[in-house]
Amino acid sequence: MAITAAIAASTTTSVRAALTESKRDVRGYIFAGALLLCLLSALFVLTVLMWDVIASAIPVFDKRSTGFLTSDLASSPDKAGVSQGIWGSLMIAGFVVVLAFPIGIFAGVYLEEYAKSNRLTRFIELNIRNLAGVPSVVYGILGLVVFVKGLSWLTGGRSVIAAGITLAILVLPIIIITTAESVRAVPSGLREAGFGVGATQWEVTRDHVLPYAAPGILTGTMLAVARALGEAAPLLLIGAITGRLASLPGESMVDQLQGKFTAMPIVIYGWANEVNKPGKITGLTFEDLNAAAIVVLLAMVLLLNGAAILLRNRFEKRRQG
Amino acid sequence: MRSLLFVAAALSIVISALIVYTLFTEAWTFLSGLIDEAGIGALIDSGKAPGWYPRNSRFDIPTIVYGTLIVSMVSIVVAAPLGLGAAVYLSEYASPRARRVLKPILEVLAGIPSVVFGFFALRVLGPDLIKPLFDTTQNTSLLVTGVAIGVLVTPLMASVSEDALRSVPSSLREASTGLGARKSATVVKVVLPAAVSGIIAALLISISRAIGETMIAALASGRLGQSPRTIDPRDPGLPMTSAMAQLAVGSDQVTGSSLAFQSLFLVGALLFLMTLVLNIIAGRVVRKLRNAY
Amino acid sequence: MNGALDIMTKVEVTSEASTEPVAMSEAAVFSTRDLAVYYGAFRAVREVSLSILRNEITAFIGPSGCGKSTVLRCFNRMNDLIPSARVEGEVRFHGVDLYDSQVNAVEVRRRIGMVFQKPNPFPKSIYDNVAYGPRLAGVKRKGELDDAVEKSLRGAALWDEVKDRVKASGLSLSGGQQQRLCIARAIAVEPEVLLMDEPCSSLDPIATARIEDLMQEIKSEYTIIIVTHNMQQAARVSDRTAFFTTEVNTESDRRTGVLVEFAPTATMFSTPSDDRTEAYVSGRFG
Repeated sequence: MAITAAIAASTTTSVRAALTESKRDVRGYIFAGALLLCLLSALFVLTVLMWDVIASAIPVFDKRSTGFLTSDLASSPDKAGVSQGIWGSLMIAGFVVVLAFPIGIFAGVYLEEYAKSNRLTRFIELNIRNLAGVPSVVYGILGLVVFVKGLSWLTGGRSVIAAGITLAILVLPIIIITTAESVRAVPSGLREAGFGVGATQWEVTRDHVLPYAAPGILTGTMLAVARALGEAAPLLLIGAITGRLASLPGESMVDQLQGKFTAMPIVIYGWANEVNKPGKITGLTFEDLNAAAIVVLLAMVLLLNGAAILLRNRFEKRRQG
Repeated sequence: MRSLLFVAAALSIVISALIVYTLFTEAWTFLSGLIDEAGIGALIDSGKAPGWYPRNSRFDIPTIVYGTLIVSMVSIVVAAPLGLGAAVYLSEYASPRARRVLKPILEVLAGIPSVVFGFFALRVLGPDLIKPLFDTTQNTSLLVTGVAIGVLVTPLMASVSEDALRSVPSSLREASTGLGARKSATVVKVVLPAAVSGIIAALLISISRAIGETMIAALASGRLGQSPRTIDPRDPGLPMTSAMAQLAVGSDQVTGSSLAFQSLFLVGALLFLMTLVLNIIAGRVVRKLRNAY
Repeated sequence: MNGALDIMTKVEVTSEASTEPVAMSEAAVFSTRDLAVYYGAFRAVREVSLSILRNEITAFIGPSGCGKSTVLRCFNRMNDLIPSARVEGEVRFHGVDLYDSQVNAVEVRRRIGMVFQKPNPFPKSIYDNVAYGPRLAGVKRKGELDDAVEKSLRGAALWDEVKDRVKASGLSLSGGQQQRLCIARAIAVEPEVLLMDEPCSSLDPIATARIEDLMQEIKSEYTIIIVTHNMQQAARVSDRTAFFTTEVNTESDRRTGVLVEFAPTATMFSTPSDDRTEAYVSGRFG
């Protein structure tokens, strides 16, 4: 027994030596550290950007308070405000919801629930994927040629209507794709139950599939509207006004919709190109005003984005749980 | 009901057709006008100081294409490592709680309008960072534009790459760990190669986005509608999208009356082709790599 | 001399039923004492004490949810990958406590290999799958790698079927072949032990039979522990069997796994000592 004990002991010792011999995984730590640095850098830059913008915007709201939000574009930083930009952006958002929302949902539902898997369907899907990747400035060209020039009797030329339709077209692929994804995620058991009691395709879709997919669809729409609010390139092409924009009192709604317009991103672009002379009364420059305008735009966009993402995460959890 | 839904879906074909039609008919109007005036060779300036001077009917395509290429390359140099690194960290190292907080933040940041980055480029990036660091002649340049677009595109790169990494089955990570691989080895030798098709797709999507980005280019590239040809990123330059924006805002905006304005459509058509080719390649690459293994 | 004493005392199996004491101390590769695994506050498996002997095939059998895989994964520290998992008690490998704070889990896994329930070859070529382990260990020269790959593929009885297409994707193989590829991959790092977690459960009977034959062929070089829910398989291939079952905690309605009996296979299946074992092997539950 003494010999076996000795053999066993030496085995233990050598095994222990082998198992505990290890150089600390320095390379592994450095690797993980480098990756973390990438993440933090990305977040850091964006945070610095936000911070800078907000810090510069505070004096504007301080000195001009709500006047900033209610004033029109003007030549002096003492008077200029973003009211027309807000109005234009809200109108555009309205067009997106009214036009792109129904068409996008219908198209998405069609592709997932009705379409047979043939060449035409694949072609449509390919088309939509490609449209999602087209630069926004190209949509601007479409808007300029078709809606500003071609259909000027309807839109009134360079107007909010033309911009609204163009941006609705721009975000349409997003809504179609997110609707299709949400519908795809509906469990087939739900549909089978509906068919089992003799419902038609549309009845199953309307009464079972759509309610289940509704949160996802809503999320997609919110993201689409947020995207539309932030786009500036198409507006440049369509001819949003960057300088001064006269607001005539007593204009009818139609005239307003068909007349010259601007929107928040264009206001920002215009002011970024202005000379930076401080206004005599407030001492603010257009650069300062721009920071405040960015805060207003970001408030609209990031709130929508954040709400959409929270909504999606909450419903995903509820779905899985 | 079915027909109504079908019409909605088929509308996308109409839109694509309209885009292609308007782009190419208007571009053709420009080209035929140019041929009448100066011949097709005018698209490549062969003089001593080539450049894009639309008001002088000088339309040197290489000027604006180099501008776009330089800006996109710079943006990818920024966005690819930062975005991919962030994605790998989030997917492989971050705790589930950290990931639940950070990934939505990343997605929200991806929604920041590009005009905000243009403002940032003009105000901080150009004067305070790029100009002193690289000793550029002015605050705006192709380099500034590229870096700003890189920052814009980083959350997109990170988000799509992270999705690709997470879709690698965990059984593969288990197998690697079971063989005695350290975590960094598992990540580099198993996870990344398995996700490579998704990561390449992320890269191509990001490049496509960078090429098509207009507002930052219009604000920060440094030239107002015309520019000599250059390949130095530190110079101010004129990417394609900036050229288009300046043409739209600048001259008299009546189609057909001015050759200069009409060049907008040729540039648009070129841009459309570039991004279309990229997107198609992205789709092919993803499918090919996914099927190889 | 503590190590030696530990081995010698722990070969006694302390479990609920009595079994023959296992005497050959130096043949024990693993020994556990009061091993318990917790997920958070929930105790998944309790008080497992047994020894695994060298060059034997030991089977863990029992109904599902009784912790067989959980115990198996203690032997190569794979439970580390689950954040809420906590191991109590001792798991000793040649006398060394695997959960000692100084022990490097990576080194543990190089000596104790694992094959999983569902084949999981890497999306790489057959060659690169098998060469993965040796490359990790620093083997670089093509000649050495070629030899290692061929040796492992032969050892897994796969060489003849794939020798002309080692550069083909590992995923192009059938299910049974993929699992043998995973076995080849595992033995390429030349481990001492092979842990097999229900390796045949996703395979057809023919592929299963091939793997069972393979296990008998390689037994002389490795120590094998196999978790299986197929007790006929355990009866066919193993030398020793451990039977686990679940105990329901009436208050919390959670089930805790417990080791009921550990004995040579022939004994367990013909004259089991515990009623529960007898009920399971005669098919009355499970």
